[in-house]
Amino acid sequence: MNKKISTSIKRVDAGIKTGGAARYIGDIPFDGLLYGKIVRSSRARATIKSVSVPALPEGYYYIDAKDIPSGGRNRIEMIKDDWPVFADEQVRFIGETIGLLVGPDRKELNRLRDEVKVEYEDLTPVFSIEEAEALKGGPIHGEDNTYADYRLQKGDPDAAFAKAARVIEDTVRTGFQEHIYMEPQGVVARTEDDGKLGIFFSGQCPFYVRHAVSATMGVSEDQVRVQQAVTGGAFGGKEHYPDVISTPLAVAARKIGKPIGLFFDRVEDISFTPKRHPSVTHFKTALDEDGHILGMDIDVRIDAGAYESCSMVVLQRAIFSVNSVYNIPNVKIRGRAFATNNVPSDAYRGFGAPQGLFAMEAHMSHLARAINVDELKLKKQYLLKQGDVTITNGRIHEEVKLPEIIQRIDDMSGYSKKLKEHTPGLWKGIGISLFNHGSGFTGNGEQEIIKGVVKMRKRADGLVDLLVSNVEMGQGLQTTFRKIAAMVLELPVDSVIYNDPNTDLVPDSGPTCASRSIAVVGYLVQEAAKKLKDRWKESDIVEVRQQYEPPEGLVPWDQENLQGDAYPSYGWGANVIEVEVDPLTYEVTTKGIWAVHDVGVAIDEKVVEGQVDGGIIQALGYGSLEKLEVKEGRFQQKTMADYTIPTTMDFPKIKSALVDNPYEYGPFGAKGAGELVFDGAAAAFADAVQMAINGDVKQIPVTPEYIMEVREDGNN
Amino acid sequence: MATINFSINGTSHAIDTDPLRRLLDILREDLKLTGVKEGCGEGECGACSVLKDGVLVNSCMIPIGTCEGSEIITPEGLRETVQGKAIIDAYGESGAVQCGFCTPGMMMATEALLRKNPSPSEGEAREALSGNLCRCTGYDMIIDGVLKAAERGKGLW
Repeated sequence: MNKKISTSIKRVDAGIKTGGAARYIGDIPFDGLLYGKIVRSSRARATIKSVSVPALPEGYYYIDAKDIPSGGRNRIEMIKDDWPVFADEQVRFIGETIGLLVGPDRKELNRLRDEVKVEYEDLTPVFSIEEAEALKGGPIHGEDNTYADYRLQKGDPDAAFAKAARVIEDTVRTGFQEHIYMEPQGVVARTEDDGKLGIFFSGQCPFYVRHAVSATMGVSEDQVRVQQAVTGGAFGGKEHYPDVISTPLAVAARKIGKPIGLFFDRVEDISFTPKRHPSVTHFKTALDEDGHILGMDIDVRIDAGAYESCSMVVLQRAIFSVNSVYNIPNVKIRGRAFATNNVPSDAYRGFGAPQGLFAMEAHMSHLARAINVDELKLKKQYLLKQGDVTITNGRIHEEVKLPEIIQRIDDMSGYSKKLKEHTPGLWKGIGISLFNHGSGFTGNGEQEIIKGVVKMRKRADGLVDLLVSNVEMGQGLQTTFRKIAAMVLELPVDSVIYNDPNTDLVPDSGPTCASRSIAVVGYLVQEAAKKLKDRWKESDIVEVRQQYEPPEGLVPWDQENLQGDAYPSYGWGANVIEVEVDPLTYEVTTKGIWAVHDVGVAIDEKVVEGQVDGGIIQALGYGSLEKLEVKEGRFQQKTMADYTIPTTMDFPKIKSALVDNPYEYGPFGAKGAGELVFDGAAAAFADAVQMAINGDVKQIPVTPEYIMEVREDGNN
Repeated sequence: MATINFSINGTSHAIDTDPLRRLLDILREDLKLTGVKEGCGEGECGACSVLKDGVLVNSCMIPIGTCEGSEIITPEGLRETVQGKAIIDAYGESGAVQCGFCTPGMMMATEALLRKNPSPSEGEAREALSGNLCRCTGYDMIIDGVLKAAERGKGLW
């Protein structure tokens, strides 16, 4: 391990945040700030017949699609642009933006909002994947309600099934998950002194916001200036959604000419912002007489909700992950993202991979139980190795250190020993999961869509400006980016200046998502720093620029057919979880958590360990506590009292370790970490519970109610 | 309207206001003490934690009318004290801080614990911070920070 880079330093933002001096979007003073309140649809699927706004007191305004300037569009330009800024004759989910009330007093805005009368003509809504597939009420989208319908094939699955001695079928389900970033959504828009539209926001992707706002307003992108504020957590929930609220707010700010803030309270945030896509995955697995896996036929369906936004890319990652870390010789996969009248699903840490990986890990454990072999022994027969063919007929280019990872976690947790000690069904269990996560945008996104650029500037005072659009959102980027640059330049870390990005001042190095900040942009930071070092003595002020280029030797990506290298490199990991289940209440107590990861090289061990701890606990929430039900298009849990995330008391201390595996095209050998560390814990938890209760666990969250169902149904 | 007399971080205030307004809003809006955060508005998350007469409370659940004669300590006050500095340093060294939105509240909860119990066990620290939610850290490093503050700051509480 590169000790120098990996050795932890104190996070640069720790003191200012702990003492309460860091300024989040709601803490920044704006003179004469007005507030916005969204008028939302109360219907899941309806035609708007009329909107009647009450007489507004002086200083109050109602803004809607008619206020979009000519040349602008009533569309939110995200990856797709199907989501309107203001509902477009029809509403497609409960909570959709119809208009925006603006004024000085928030209580008065709430009163006025309740007095806006919307007359609807109801249509038949669709609230589940099954209803969407059945085209209930006629399609919401296209002809078949699918935003995307992909097929992948590797090897010759039909021949494999023809030879099968036995076919095992299995259906695995995952639920919604709410991000619960501790700071709810917030954005402020105003006209700046130079005439530009200024947007201040809590979020991940300043240039996404700039693009969406400029398209809605019909102005060039340089007429919009986006400034990120200190961001109180995001996890994907502030990847695209800030576009959804900054676009109507920009329309209002331009029309009214005063700064306006839109700040969600927690109930509004849980009720109406996007969630992790629920999924249903059906496996058919062909086995020979000796229990060897000949092939698989996998059908992945996700609930994408009322607008597409990024769901087709989430679906891509889900189907590319649904073979987990295994080289299954013959596979066919179909993946579909369905339109429903639920709140649109969108990015959430892992971006489809947690769903795909959970499904496959659960299925492998069910196979092992069905054919009565040791689960880890079964999994070890199929581990991907360097040079192996991936599900998209690309290659694994790096050394796969799974054998070392497995050995390490077995030593740490005593997995194999405890497996023999516990008798299935006697309320104690231990479970294991294996997983990987591709760093960076899927397919050719980095070179074709993002084309990230980093700049670095030596200043006359000897300090160095690091100019990037990636943001600190808790993951430690303010510290790790500075470390990368400082170590190359042989400067102290505080000689590198890296401010929260402002789109007028930094190049577009792409969004902060997809485990790309360190793996992709961090490498550009390293390469830019090398250039700057070479040119250091040229002049008092030296500026260098570094643009993304794909690593050499990849299998070219065919976006049409989703073939080639979906990712240039992967992080790898294993989790082990030990549980006890109460035989009367079916409550689960987690007794031990172990994790081993390969993230290439840690840029800062403490930062990575913090990601590991936080990712695992968030994933255990996903796997056990965080039940989010939707009924008739409304989430039934809408406060932090009834949507319960883990507290200090729910899980024991995590024991984790890293395996060193430097990646040639990562800074100091680093790969992505932020999502990988979320990917495995739910599966290991479910695996442990199924041993404790001796019944197949086929869905998350694994609640006591679900355990009761499994027990009562016998081996479901 | 009523006049409420109370002290914040050692300074006396007399505020004419609706006694039902939340202490949280008085702090953030009237006094611009924005170290206190609103995470949920219903007493579940602890981001708005302050000390009221030495007791850890969620300021979103406290009507200002109940603060007559009270002494309130916010993160802005605590961070200037030797105890607050010890907690801040220990958090920094332990990796307790990620997005930071919950952290001022965690600091207040740590102070409340250490005043009562200057050398807590891991279990006692977990219990004392159980009303403060964090979505980033998984809590282990925050608990490390509490224990480190107790150890380093021996004699301060």
